[in-house]
Amino acid sequence: MTKKRDYKAMLSELGPFIGLIFVFVLFAALTPSAFTSFYNIKTILTQSVIIGIAAYGTTFIIVSEGIDLSVGSQIALTTVIVAAVLNLPASDPGLFYPLLALAAGVLACTGVGAFNGFIITKFRIVPFIVTLGSMQIVRGVAKWIGKEQTVPTPDNWLTNLMLIDPSPSWLIFGPGVWLTLVLLIVSAVLLKYTVLGRYTFAIGSNEQTARLCGIKVDRMKIVIYALGGLLTGVAGVMQYSYLTVGDPTTAVGLELDIIAAVVIGGGSLSGGEGSVVGSIVGALIMAVLRNGSNMLGLPNYVQEIIIGSIIVGAVLIDQQKHRLRAAG
Amino acid sequence: MSSPVLRLEGIRKSFGPVHALQGVDLNVRAGEVHALVGENGAGKSTLMKILSGAYQPDAGSMTLYGESYAPANPLDGRAAGISMIYQELVLAPHLTVEENVTLGAEHALYGWVRPRTREVERVLTDLGQQGIAPNARVSDLSIGKKQLVEIARALLFDARIVVMDEPTSSLTADDTKALFEAIGRMKEQGLAVIYISHFLEEVQEVCDRYTVLRDGKMISTGRVADTSIPRIIEDMVGRSVDELFPSSNHEIGDPLLDVSDLQGRKGLPGGVRFTLHRGEIMGISGLVGSGRSETVRTLFGLEPATGGTLSIRGHDALRAAWMTPRAALNRGLDLLSEDRKEEGLALNLSLVFNLTLSDLRRYSRAGFLQLARERSDGAHWIDVLRIRTGSVEQRADELSGGNQQKVCLARLLQQDNDILFLDEPTRGIDIGSKAEIYKLVHRLAEQGKAIVTISSYLPELLGVCDTLGVMHKGRLSTVRPIREWTEHRIMQFATSGYDA
Repeated sequence: MTKKRDYKAMLSELGPFIGLIFVFVLFAALTPSAFTSFYNIKTILTQSVIIGIAAYGTTFIIVSEGIDLSVGSQIALTTVIVAAVLNLPASDPGLFYPLLALAAGVLACTGVGAFNGFIITKFRIVPFIVTLGSMQIVRGVAKWIGKEQTVPTPDNWLTNLMLIDPSPSWLIFGPGVWLTLVLLIVSAVLLKYTVLGRYTFAIGSNEQTARLCGIKVDRMKIVIYALGGLLTGVAGVMQYSYLTVGDPTTAVGLELDIIAAVVIGGGSLSGGEGSVVGSIVGALIMAVLRNGSNMLGLPNYVQEIIIGSIIVGAVLIDQQKHRLRAAG
Repeated sequence: MSSPVLRLEGIRKSFGPVHALQGVDLNVRAGEVHALVGENGAGKSTLMKILSGAYQPDAGSMTLYGESYAPANPLDGRAAGISMIYQELVLAPHLTVEENVTLGAEHALYGWVRPRTREVERVLTDLGQQGIAPNARVSDLSIGKKQLVEIARALLFDARIVVMDEPTSSLTADDTKALFEAIGRMKEQGLAVIYISHFLEEVQEVCDRYTVLRDGKMISTGRVADTSIPRIIEDMVGRSVDELFPSSNHEIGDPLLDVSDLQGRKGLPGGVRFTLHRGEIMGISGLVGSGRSETVRTLFGLEPATGGTLSIRGHDALRAAWMTPRAALNRGLDLLSEDRKEEGLALNLSLVFNLTLSDLRRYSRAGFLQLARERSDGAHWIDVLRIRTGSVEQRADELSGGNQQKVCLARLLQQDNDILFLDEPTRGIDIGSKAEIYKLVHRLAEQGKAIVTISSYLPELLGVCDTLGVMHKGRLSTVRPIREWTEHRIMQFATSGYDA
């Protein structure tokens, strides 16, 4: 009985992995040589970096039964802030200014997250509405700072982060991919093995219970949204690295891809469920689909239809799993 | 008297190994109010769900107006004239009285709703409720008035048998009077009312006949006028109270908690004072809405206090307004919520997560959880409380009600605080689990903990507590030794605020 339950539980944890393997094998069969080339795999991984890192943060928010719609705008804000800081020195930005730019971008998004959390808890407004508002506000601020146009930047080391072929070449993958891996481990440990993570689950599962058990729910929520902002800021720096300019109109609607990654990975919008590993697998599934569809020369609309179906399908499978569990 | 309009014979229903109903008979006549009484878990709700069509019986037959009646779903039941008025109101608060009463039965012309104000006014008048305006918004009405709107809805749908489940549990005295008047008028019109209530005084006031259920069996039935309340209680409990409630010799020691002039929102609580001692089990009785839960929840910091102080273990008095659940837990208080599904448990998390949630500091170092230790302690409590579960990883919502309650209690035991507030600790759980919980409460008192127990079920309070206070409209009576209280005296204070 116990063995069987463990087996079932394991299977349900592995669900997103099986999905990933399935789509990978599918495209590998359809476009054998090009798709499975090492270069293409590196491309897919690099394409998952931005959505993946932002999805780590969004996982925390969704597990706590929240949502953050301002993530796309935050990413745009970061690119603009990074660009603005890089333009501060008259000459070559060197080592220091890119670091400062990175810190400023990440800090700004952490602040936006904390602000979202503060408004949500202080005035008891639902997260959807608060972040719907801040999505516009942050986008506006980004355009304001960028004077409604892209901000070109001098050459600097930040733009190397998202290279598919890194230098030095012994890194094999670009620094962004390695950073995604490191943050995966950090976030997964944070969510699963720390008090912060446990409280995140408790608040998402039943906020009243959390309160009864002495958790300072409001303070925790602000921390959770700030953490989400912090990771979004890192994703924003990656976006800058990819674009090599600050662009206040970038990443429009990206938050929906990020939320989709979390949901495909097993996150539940009603809280208390989700995992960081699942979310990155969700991001990878979408990246594989996009890349494979391009290889096959499928038009964009086909990709959209497929990804949309997968989002609904993933949730459907998840619900069936719950029903099985309840019955067993 | 007339022959039965509704006849239930030999109704059986099992849920897996649980035999909820084991051959129950029930006869209801036209123009009568029939009380259905019994403890929680006696099978009243199951029986009524079978009557309404929500459940299908495993065996037995139902006859309605001489014809065989076998509803496949609640719609069938409604079409046959059976109407349920639930404790939880099912009205749409943003709509008007008329819109609610006619919901699902609008008279429409090409999609345009034609008003049925006249008819709605008629059914309200039939209930003696001319005071409720059809165009009033339902959210503006009191709970009692809302309930009458629901009854009006039942009448508009030509209900012949109306089932009321604990209709007065959250009503004021005035609303209760209005409800009883409405019930009287329904009787006059030849409707049959099945009235489920724990308040036997009410049963005596409004009901003509009664049926007692216990452990899924029909125990007795008869005319209310010919039967005394103690007789009905005996049938309900079915065992001498001594068997169910343990005896123990715990000593009452020094004061642990001293509460003075506790004030909450809307006067609940309104100036509560009491002193709780080591080893004392203090009961709080009172009607729902009298401020029982609010009193302990305010002390625990779950609801805001507007005044009052509390002193713990003789320390300086703290302002109650400063209490938060964290502060309360740190100072040795703990609370068992009356609503384990909405508040007591994080249902989609595992049993062990629920067990340690209030005390993660003990299970972590520098913010990192010590999962192995947490698991082994969880397994320990499962053992001690005999929680029936597959493993500590099992989700809380996969457990039965009694086992869920034990998990909630295990959290308190694990926390090991000295001042425990137990809000309806045995609500909705089976007799066996109840007896175990009573024993546990006594064991805690023997360890020198101080316990406040809130319950709607008087025999439980009389059987378990050392001292008792009764609440009425936010006020707490003098706390007296239990032997100075009688059911009569408790009910008198609960309903009138007058202490003889």
